[in-house]
Amino acid sequence: MLAYITKRLLWMIFVIWGVMTITFFIARVIPADPVAAILGPQAPPEAIEREKQRWGLDKPIYVQYIRYLSGILHGDLGVSLRTRRPVLEDIKEFFPATVELALAALLIGVFLGIGLGVVSAVKSGRTVDHLSRVFAIVGLSMPAFWLGLLLLLVFYYTLGILPGPGQLPYYLPRPPRVTGFLFLDSIIAHDWEALKSYLLHLIMPAFTLGWLSTASITRITRSSMLEVLREEYIKTARMKGLRESAVIMKHAFKNALLPIITVIGIRMASLLEGAVLTETVFAWPGLGRYATHSFLSIDFNAVVGTAMLMAFLYSFSNLAVDILYAYLNPKIRYT
Amino acid sequence: MRGLTWRDVVRHLLKNPLSLSGLLIIVSLVLLAILAPYISPYDPYATDPLQKLQPPSWKHLMGTDGLGRDILSRVLYGTRISLWIAILILITAGVFGTVVGIVAGYAGGFVDNLLMRVTDIFMAFPRLILAMAIAAALGPSLTNVVIAISFGAWTVFARLARSKALAVREEDFVEAARALGASNLRILFKHILPMALSPVIIQGTLSMGGIILTAAGLGFLGFGAQPPTPEWGVMVSDGRNFMPHGWWVSTFPGLAIMITVLGFNLLGDGIRDILDPRMR
Repeated sequence: MLAYITKRLLWMIFVIWGVMTITFFIARVIPADPVAAILGPQAPPEAIEREKQRWGLDKPIYVQYIRYLSGILHGDLGVSLRTRRPVLEDIKEFFPATVELALAALLIGVFLGIGLGVVSAVKSGRTVDHLSRVFAIVGLSMPAFWLGLLLLLVFYYTLGILPGPGQLPYYLPRPPRVTGFLFLDSIIAHDWEALKSYLLHLIMPAFTLGWLSTASITRITRSSMLEVLREEYIKTARMKGLRESAVIMKHAFKNALLPIITVIGIRMASLLEGAVLTETVFAWPGLGRYATHSFLSIDFNAVVGTAMLMAFLYSFSNLAVDILYAYLNPKIRYT
Repeated sequence: MRGLTWRDVVRHLLKNPLSLSGLLIIVSLVLLAILAPYISPYDPYATDPLQKLQPPSWKHLMGTDGLGRDILSRVLYGTRISLWIAILILITAGVFGTVVGIVAGYAGGFVDNLLMRVTDIFMAFPRLILAMAIAAALGPSLTNVVIAISFGAWTVFARLARSKALAVREEDFVEAARALGASNLRILFKHILPMALSPVIIQGTLSMGGIILTAAGLGFLGFGAQPPTPEWGVMVSDGRNFMPHGWWVSTFPGLAIMITVLGFNLLGDGIRDILDPRMR
């Protein structure tokens, strides 16, 4: 098992290096000139030249690449052209908001998805089943950014029962930054008003982001449960006179869990993608919004940095799922 | 797939009400896309300051946007753009991925290893992020959206085609062709490619919904089509400026995206059911 994990970790480092190299070259071998874009069209050529020298952009591309690579090994991701701060600092600032949003979304997806999926499988062919299947396929077809706008339209603009975009209203000061996670920071500061407001602000973005996961988890739970429910040992358990709820939860659900975990893992990875859109709709100060702004202004250090981080999280959640999978299913262990 | 002919597939699809409705949605969308210039009540680009932000009415069924353009006409033209982009992406990614896959599977050894490791790296990217990076670097335009999304979409086809090629290259008829002196290139394209084609086409159908969503997402974020192009994602984004009073500006283009993706997902579900009857 240890050898397997080591092998996978080494492979992951290689993949991240690959992602870094690809984005590095995509971001530098580009027709658009980021320095000119940031200085504006009126900037004299000498100023652009001077700025390029300052950022080391006048050097040949391989020199830039080697410099960047050695920077990474020292934990330096370069400086953002747009925010003029080290990219690592930016990431540290924006990442926690995304983590909180993604976790909330995942919770919604897992609970709602598994619940709906189990009910749907148990009541297979009945109205509940049809409804939940329709919900799942419509959910998979809904663009997240549009769903977010609809929710805002209904619950914020029209009914006014949920707060609008952002994390806190403008009149509430943010609790002091200790962990960077607003949820934890407001608990540490005993700022219950901020906590309550933040959780209310979190509902719509988390639901928007979790919707897609809910749909796919519902589907896989349903089909996996249906398959298990047909097995002989389920019949045996029923014949033993076990209560139906025990049969479903203890005998069926446990054995249906493997594919569900795989899908949850896949969803975790794609939450990042959804975060980009959701954060844009809800003005959520997270990594997704940071990535969008950096990409739009071709802020290449920030682009490479965020792409690397996302590739890392993506591969890492895949690895975590594989390990969990091996742990839960001894048949595939050590292979 | 073996033993299942295309005719079987079509028969199964027509029997299943869900996939049949998916098919109907897609066929009507294609018709709308083709007929857009004839059935659109207005010119999708024509602005009319006197008619701006009109709510839905008999004159403008979906209302008008901030420049007084008729949203129904723009949504109809948007059908053309979305379907066209998705098809171009499928062709680009499908052809590239299939070629990489059959070469890797047929060659085996070092070439296979190298190509598959590159595929793995591309798979480590969240698709939208990769597309954003490429679209940002190339500059926002519809052509670049096709290139950008294809960059992330080809890997599925490569893996599929490779596994098919791996299986086929051991078959007797490939051996026979080689014995007759056929070149590697000839074997690849005459004997292996046709065998890999149907799984690739099926995967293409399954990928359509996701591709349309990604393309619309790029447009929404500002990396794709640019105003005044009547692209659905761009239109939804534009509507954010008129919330909440001009709710119709983003609602209808978004609905169009959803219906289109739904059509492809329903059809894809039907196909998946046929391939894997246990899911039924």
